[in-house]
Amino acid sequence: MGLLNRLGDPYNAEGVILGTMEQILNWGRAKSDWFMSFGLACCAIEFMAVNASHFDFMRFGTIPRPSPRQSDFMIVSGTVTMKMAERVKRLYEQMPDPKYVMSMGSCANAGGPYWEHGYHVLKGVDRIIPVDVYVPGCPPRPEALLEGMIMLQSMIRKEEIFKKRDKIKAEDEAKDIKAV
Amino acid sequence: METLEIFDRLQAEFGAEIIDTGGAAPGDLFISVNPERIVDICLYLRDSAEMKFDYMSSLSGVQNKDNSFAVVYHLYSVSLKHRVVIKTGLAEENPKLPTVERVWKCADWHEREAFDLLGIEFEGHHNMIRILNPYDWEGFPLRKDYQGQEEYHGVRIPY
Repeated sequence: MGLLNRLGDPYNAEGVILGTMEQILNWGRAKSDWFMSFGLACCAIEFMAVNASHFDFMRFGTIPRPSPRQSDFMIVSGTVTMKMAERVKRLYEQMPDPKYVMSMGSCANAGGPYWEHGYHVLKGVDRIIPVDVYVPGCPPRPEALLEGMIMLQSMIRKEEIFKKRDKIKAEDEAKDIKAV
Repeated sequence: METLEIFDRLQAEFGAEIIDTGGAAPGDLFISVNPERIVDICLYLRDSAEMKFDYMSSLSGVQNKDNSFAVVYHLYSVSLKHRVVIKTGLAEENPKLPTVERVWKCADWHEREAFDLLGIEFEGHHNMIRILNPYDWEGFPLRKDYQGQEEYHGVRIPY
Protein backbone atom coordinates (compact mmCIF):
# COMPACT_ATOMS: atom_id res chain seq x y z
CA MET A 1 0.00 0.00 0.00
CA GLY A 2 2.66 2.43 -1.06
CA LEU A 3 0.04 4.99 -2.01
CA LEU A 4 -1.42 5.17 1.50
CA ASN A 5 2.07 5.43 2.98
CA ARG A 6 2.75 8.41 0.78
CA LEU A 7 -0.54 10.04 1.69
CA GLY A 8 0.21 9.53 5.35
CA ASP A 9 -3.22 8.03 6.12
CA PRO A 10 -5.23 11.28 5.68
CA TYR A 11 -8.46 9.88 7.12
CA ASN A 12 -6.88 8.34 10.21
CA ALA A 13 -8.31 5.02 9.13
CA GLU A 14 -5.27 2.89 9.86
CA GLY A 15 -5.01 1.60 6.32
CA VAL A 16 -8.69 0.92 5.78
CA ILE A 17 -10.04 1.82 2.36
CA LEU A 18 -13.75 2.35 1.93
CA GLY A 19 -15.44 1.64 -1.34
CA THR A 20 -18.03 -0.53 -2.95
CA MET A 21 -17.13 -4.08 -3.87
CA GLU A 22 -17.59 -3.12 -7.49
CA GLN A 23 -15.11 -0.25 -7.26
CA ILE A 24 -12.45 -2.40 -5.64
CA LEU A 25 -12.92 -5.30 -8.07
CA ASN A 26 -12.84 -2.96 -11.03
CA TRP A 27 -9.77 -1.22 -9.63
CA GLY A 28 -8.01 -4.54 -9.58
CA ARG A 29 -9.28 -5.52 -13.00
CA ALA A 30 -8.29 -2.21 -14.57
CA LYS A 31 -4.77 -2.28 -13.16
CA SER A 32 -3.99 -5.84 -14.12
CA ASP A 33 -4.81 -6.38 -17.77
CA TRP A 34 -2.99 -9.14 -19.52
CA PHE A 35 -2.81 -8.80 -23.26
CA MET A 36 -2.26 -11.28 -26.00
CA SER A 37 1.10 -10.61 -27.58
CA PHE A 38 0.81 -10.79 -31.31
CA GLY A 39 1.45 -8.29 -34.09
CA LEU A 40 0.20 -8.14 -37.64
CA ALA A 41 2.07 -5.43 -39.55
CA CYS A 42 4.12 -2.25 -39.11
CA CYS A 43 1.94 -1.18 -36.15
CA ALA A 44 3.48 -4.12 -34.32
CA ILE A 45 6.86 -2.38 -34.52
CA GLU A 46 5.42 0.65 -32.73
CA PHE A 47 3.69 -1.72 -30.35
CA MET A 48 7.06 -3.28 -29.54
CA ALA A 49 8.40 0.21 -28.81
CA VAL A 50 5.51 0.69 -26.38
CA ASN A 51 6.49 -2.54 -24.66
CA ALA A 52 10.15 -1.58 -24.43
CA SER A 53 11.68 0.29 -21.53
CA HIS A 54 11.29 3.85 -22.86
CA PHE A 55 7.48 3.77 -22.87
CA ASP A 56 7.20 0.88 -20.43
CA PHE A 57 3.74 -0.53 -21.14
CA MET A 58 3.97 -2.76 -18.07
CA ARG A 59 3.55 0.18 -15.70
CA PHE A 60 -0.15 -0.03 -16.57
CA GLY A 61 -0.20 -3.52 -15.13
CA THR A 62 -0.19 -5.15 -18.51
CA ILE A 63 1.66 -8.41 -19.03
CA PRO A 64 2.14 -10.00 -22.44
CA ARG A 65 0.66 -13.49 -22.60
CA PRO A 66 1.45 -16.00 -25.31
CA SER A 67 -1.95 -17.65 -25.09
CA PRO A 68 -5.43 -16.23 -25.70
CA ARG A 69 -6.71 -18.31 -22.79
CA GLN A 70 -4.74 -16.21 -20.32
CA SER A 71 -5.46 -12.80 -21.86
CA ASP A 72 -7.88 -10.07 -20.86
CA PHE A 73 -7.57 -8.02 -24.02
CA MET A 74 -6.07 -8.15 -27.46
CA ILE A 75 -4.44 -5.36 -29.43
CA VAL A 76 -5.07 -5.79 -33.12
CA SER A 77 -1.90 -4.06 -34.27
CA GLY A 78 -1.92 -3.81 -38.04
CA THR A 79 -3.49 -4.77 -41.34
CA VAL A 80 -5.98 -7.60 -41.04
CA THR A 81 -6.07 -9.56 -44.29
CA MET A 82 -9.04 -11.75 -45.12
CA LYS A 83 -6.83 -14.77 -44.50
CA MET A 84 -5.80 -13.46 -41.09
CA ALA A 85 -9.32 -12.32 -40.17
CA GLU A 86 -10.46 -15.87 -39.52
CA ARG A 87 -7.47 -16.48 -37.27
CA VAL A 88 -8.04 -13.22 -35.36
CA LYS A 89 -11.67 -14.16 -34.85
CA ARG A 90 -10.73 -17.59 -33.59
CA LEU A 91 -8.20 -16.11 -31.16
CA TYR A 92 -10.83 -13.70 -29.88
CA GLU A 93 -13.27 -16.54 -29.35
CA GLN A 94 -10.63 -18.46 -27.37
CA MET A 95 -10.22 -15.61 -24.87
CA PRO A 96 -12.16 -15.93 -21.59
CA ASP A 97 -14.74 -13.30 -20.64
CA PRO A 98 -14.55 -10.46 -19.78
CA LYS A 99 -12.51 -9.60 -22.84
CA TYR A 100 -11.66 -6.36 -24.59
CA VAL A 101 -10.26 -5.39 -27.96
CA MET A 102 -8.09 -2.44 -28.89
CA SER A 103 -7.88 -1.68 -32.58
CA MET A 104 -4.53 -0.07 -33.32
CA GLY A 105 -3.88 2.02 -36.42
CA SER A 106 -5.83 2.98 -39.51
CA CYS A 107 -5.72 -0.50 -41.06
CA ALA A 108 -7.38 -2.22 -38.14
CA ASN A 109 -9.80 0.70 -37.72
CA ALA A 110 -11.04 1.03 -41.29
CA GLY A 111 -8.70 -0.61 -43.79
CA GLY A 112 -6.21 2.28 -43.86
CA PRO A 113 -4.43 2.81 -47.19
CA TYR A 114 -5.99 -0.42 -48.49
CA TRP A 115 -9.54 0.90 -48.23
CA GLU A 116 -10.11 1.18 -51.98
CA HIS A 117 -7.85 -1.28 -53.82
CA GLY A 118 -7.09 -3.72 -51.02
CA TYR A 119 -8.98 -6.69 -52.42
CA HIS A 120 -7.55 -8.88 -49.66
CA VAL A 121 -7.85 -6.55 -46.65
CA LEU A 122 -10.60 -6.54 -44.05
CA LYS A 123 -11.91 -2.96 -43.91
CA GLY A 124 -11.94 -2.62 -40.16
CA VAL A 125 -11.53 -5.37 -37.59
CA ASP A 126 -14.92 -4.39 -36.11
CA ARG A 127 -16.51 -6.30 -38.96
CA ILE A 128 -15.59 -9.55 -37.25
CA ILE A 129 -15.07 -8.78 -33.53
CA PRO A 130 -16.44 -6.03 -31.22
CA VAL A 131 -13.88 -3.26 -30.65
CA ASP A 132 -13.74 -1.26 -27.40
CA VAL A 133 -11.02 1.30 -28.13
CA TYR A 134 -9.88 2.63 -31.50
CA VAL A 135 -6.41 4.16 -31.68
CA PRO A 136 -5.97 6.27 -34.83
CA GLY A 137 -2.65 6.78 -36.60
CA CYS A 138 -0.57 5.21 -39.30
CA PRO A 139 1.07 3.86 -37.25
CA PRO A 140 0.01 5.52 -33.96
CA ARG A 141 2.71 7.07 -31.81
CA PRO A 142 3.45 5.06 -28.67
CA GLU A 143 1.85 7.89 -26.68
CA ALA A 144 -1.38 7.35 -28.62
CA LEU A 145 -1.43 3.69 -27.67
CA LEU A 146 -0.81 4.62 -24.03
CA GLU A 147 -3.78 7.01 -24.27
CA GLY A 148 -5.82 4.12 -25.64
CA MET A 149 -4.75 1.99 -22.69
CA ILE A 150 -5.83 4.72 -20.27
CA MET A 151 -9.20 4.86 -22.02
CA LEU A 152 -9.58 1.10 -21.74
CA GLN A 153 -8.73 1.25 -18.04
CA SER A 154 -11.24 4.01 -17.35
CA MET A 155 -13.82 1.96 -19.28
CA ILE A 156 -13.14 -1.08 -17.13
CA ARG A 157 -13.26 1.03 -13.94
CA LYS A 158 -16.75 2.26 -14.76
CA GLU A 159 -18.05 -1.16 -15.65
CA GLU A 160 -20.98 -2.64 -13.75
CA ILE A 161 -20.45 -6.08 -12.30
CA PHE A 162 -23.33 -6.82 -9.96
CA LYS A 163 -26.21 -4.85 -11.38
CA LYS A 164 -25.18 -5.93 -14.86
CA ARG A 165 -27.06 -9.21 -14.64
CA ASP A 166 -30.24 -7.51 -13.46
CA LYS A 167 -29.88 -4.99 -16.23
CA ILE A 168 -29.34 -7.63 -18.90
CA LYS A 169 -32.23 -9.64 -17.47
CA ALA A 170 -34.53 -6.63 -17.59
CA GLU A 171 -33.47 -5.93 -21.16
CA ASP A 172 -34.08 -9.53 -22.16
CA GLU A 173 -37.52 -9.52 -20.54
CA ALA A 174 -38.37 -6.32 -22.36
CA LYS A 175 -37.30 -7.97 -25.61
CA ASP A 176 -39.44 -11.03 -24.82
CA ILE A 177 -42.46 -8.84 -24.22
CA LYS A 178 -41.84 -7.13 -27.53
CA ALA A 179 -41.41 -10.46 -29.26
CA VAL A 180 -44.71 -11.73 -27.84
CA MET B 1 30.32 -11.50 -68.84
CA GLU B 2 28.07 -8.86 -70.35
CA THR B 3 24.51 -9.49 -71.50
CA LEU B 4 25.37 -9.11 -75.19
CA GLU B 5 28.13 -11.71 -74.94
CA ILE B 6 25.79 -14.09 -73.12
CA PHE B 7 23.23 -13.48 -75.87
CA ASP B 8 25.73 -14.52 -78.53
CA ARG B 9 26.72 -17.67 -76.64
CA LEU B 10 23.09 -18.60 -76.09
CA GLN B 11 22.25 -18.05 -79.74
CA ALA B 12 25.16 -20.26 -80.78
CA GLU B 13 23.89 -22.96 -78.43
CA PHE B 14 20.12 -22.76 -78.91
CA GLY B 15 19.62 -20.93 -82.24
CA ALA B 16 16.08 -19.76 -82.87
CA GLU B 17 14.98 -20.37 -79.28
CA ILE B 18 16.75 -17.16 -78.33
CA ILE B 19 14.69 -14.35 -79.84
CA ASP B 20 16.54 -11.10 -79.27
CA THR B 21 18.05 -8.76 -76.74
CA GLY B 22 16.68 -5.39 -75.75
CA GLY B 23 16.62 -2.67 -73.13
CA ALA B 24 17.38 1.02 -73.02
CA ALA B 25 20.45 1.36 -70.82
CA PRO B 26 23.50 -0.95 -70.48
CA GLY B 27 22.43 -1.99 -67.00
CA ASP B 28 18.91 -2.58 -68.25
CA LEU B 29 19.57 -5.20 -70.93
CA PHE B 30 17.61 -8.42 -71.13
CA ILE B 31 17.42 -11.50 -73.36
CA SER B 32 14.10 -12.71 -74.77
CA VAL B 33 13.74 -16.45 -75.20
CA ASN B 34 11.01 -18.91 -76.18
CA PRO B 35 9.32 -20.56 -73.21
CA GLU B 36 9.39 -24.14 -74.64
CA ARG B 37 13.05 -24.91 -73.91
CA ILE B 38 13.44 -22.62 -70.88
CA VAL B 39 14.63 -25.51 -68.68
CA ASP B 40 17.48 -26.39 -71.08
CA ILE B 41 18.47 -22.74 -71.39
CA CYS B 42 18.46 -22.34 -67.61
CA LEU B 43 20.46 -25.53 -67.11
CA TYR B 44 23.03 -24.28 -69.63
CA LEU B 45 23.21 -20.92 -67.85
CA ARG B 46 23.68 -22.66 -64.52
CA ASP B 47 26.18 -25.36 -65.50
CA SER B 48 28.31 -23.85 -68.29
CA ALA B 49 31.79 -23.00 -67.04
CA GLU B 50 31.58 -19.47 -68.50
CA MET B 51 28.14 -18.67 -67.07
CA LYS B 52 27.80 -20.37 -63.66
CA PHE B 53 24.54 -18.63 -62.82
CA ASP B 54 24.17 -20.47 -59.55
CA TYR B 55 21.73 -18.03 -57.97
CA MET B 56 18.25 -17.00 -59.12
CA SER B 57 17.54 -13.72 -57.37
CA SER B 58 14.02 -13.30 -58.67
CA LEU B 59 11.37 -14.86 -60.82
CA SER B 60 8.46 -12.57 -61.55
CA GLY B 61 5.23 -12.85 -63.46
CA VAL B 62 4.19 -9.87 -65.57
CA GLN B 63 1.06 -8.95 -67.47
CA ASN B 64 1.89 -6.62 -70.35
CA LYS B 65 -0.13 -3.71 -71.72
CA ASP B 66 -1.58 -5.94 -74.47
CA ASN B 67 -2.75 -8.41 -71.78
CA SER B 68 -0.17 -11.04 -72.76
CA PHE B 69 1.95 -12.48 -69.99
CA ALA B 70 5.69 -12.70 -69.38
CA VAL B 71 7.97 -14.38 -66.89
CA VAL B 72 11.22 -12.64 -65.99
CA TYR B 73 14.22 -14.43 -64.49
CA HIS B 74 16.90 -12.40 -62.70
CA LEU B 75 20.04 -14.51 -62.48
CA TYR B 76 23.30 -13.88 -60.68
CA SER B 77 26.55 -15.76 -60.52
CA VAL B 78 28.09 -15.69 -57.08
CA SER B 79 31.42 -17.05 -58.28
CA LEU B 80 31.80 -14.98 -61.47
CA LYS B 81 29.90 -11.92 -60.14
CA HIS B 82 27.87 -11.22 -63.27
CA ARG B 83 24.15 -11.05 -63.82
CA VAL B 84 21.61 -11.42 -66.59
CA VAL B 85 17.88 -10.96 -67.13
CA ILE B 86 15.93 -13.54 -69.14
CA LYS B 87 12.40 -12.83 -70.36
CA THR B 88 9.84 -15.22 -71.81
CA GLY B 89 6.58 -14.17 -73.43
CA LEU B 90 3.35 -16.10 -72.91
CA ALA B 91 -0.07 -15.97 -74.56
CA GLU B 92 -3.01 -14.21 -72.95
CA GLU B 93 -5.13 -17.38 -72.92
CA ASN B 94 -4.04 -20.13 -70.56
CA PRO B 95 -0.43 -18.99 -69.91
CA LYS B 96 1.85 -21.89 -69.02
CA LEU B 97 5.51 -22.82 -69.26
CA PRO B 98 7.82 -25.50 -67.80
CA THR B 99 9.02 -25.08 -64.24
CA VAL B 100 12.66 -24.31 -63.40
CA GLU B 101 12.15 -25.58 -59.88
CA ARG B 102 14.64 -28.38 -60.51
CA VAL B 103 17.26 -25.93 -61.78
CA TRP B 104 17.13 -23.50 -58.87
CA LYS B 105 15.27 -24.80 -55.84
CA CYS B 106 14.23 -21.32 -54.76
CA ALA B 107 12.06 -21.06 -57.88
CA ASP B 108 9.48 -23.15 -56.03
CA TRP B 109 7.90 -20.30 -54.07
CA HIS B 110 8.55 -17.67 -56.75
CA GLU B 111 6.57 -19.74 -59.22
CA ARG B 112 3.79 -20.30 -56.74
CA GLU B 113 3.56 -16.54 -56.24
CA ALA B 114 3.34 -15.92 -59.99
CA PHE B 115 0.62 -18.57 -60.13
CA ASP B 116 -1.24 -17.13 -57.16
CA LEU B 117 -1.34 -13.54 -58.38
CA LEU B 118 -1.37 -13.90 -62.19
CA GLY B 119 -2.50 -17.48 -62.87
CA ILE B 120 0.61 -18.42 -64.82
CA GLU B 121 0.88 -22.18 -64.64
CA PHE B 122 4.28 -23.85 -64.29
CA GLU B 123 4.09 -27.35 -65.72
CA GLY B 124 5.89 -30.01 -63.71
CA HIS B 125 5.92 -28.01 -60.48
CA HIS B 126 5.52 -30.44 -57.58
CA ASN B 127 3.13 -28.25 -55.58
CA MET B 128 1.34 -25.73 -57.80
CA ILE B 129 -0.99 -24.17 -55.20
CA ARG B 130 -1.56 -20.63 -53.98
CA ILE B 131 1.09 -19.23 -51.66
CA LEU B 132 -0.24 -15.87 -50.37
CA ASN B 133 -4.00 -15.86 -50.86
CA PRO B 134 -6.25 -18.41 -49.16
CA TYR B 135 -6.56 -21.68 -51.08
CA ASP B 136 -10.23 -21.07 -51.87
CA TRP B 137 -9.65 -17.56 -53.27
CA GLU B 138 -11.34 -16.84 -56.59
CA GLY B 139 -9.49 -15.26 -59.52
CA PHE B 140 -5.96 -13.95 -59.91
CA PRO B 141 -5.65 -10.53 -58.25
CA LEU B 142 -2.90 -8.93 -60.35
CA ARG B 143 -4.58 -9.64 -63.70
CA LYS B 144 -5.79 -6.51 -65.44
CA ASP B 145 -9.40 -7.75 -65.67
CA TYR B 146 -9.56 -8.80 -62.01
CA GLN B 147 -12.73 -7.92 -60.13
CA GLY B 148 -12.47 -8.17 -56.35
CA GLN B 149 -14.72 -10.53 -54.46
CA GLU B 150 -17.79 -9.00 -52.81
CA GLU B 151 -17.67 -11.37 -49.90
CA TYR B 152 -15.27 -13.88 -48.39
CA HIS B 153 -16.60 -16.50 -45.95
CA GLY B 154 -19.55 -14.28 -45.09
CA VAL B 155 -17.54 -11.08 -44.49
CA ARG B 156 -18.05 -8.13 -46.85
CA ILE B 157 -14.81 -6.98 -48.51
CA PRO B 158 -15.56 -3.58 -50.17
CA TYR B 159 -15.20 -0.53 -47.95
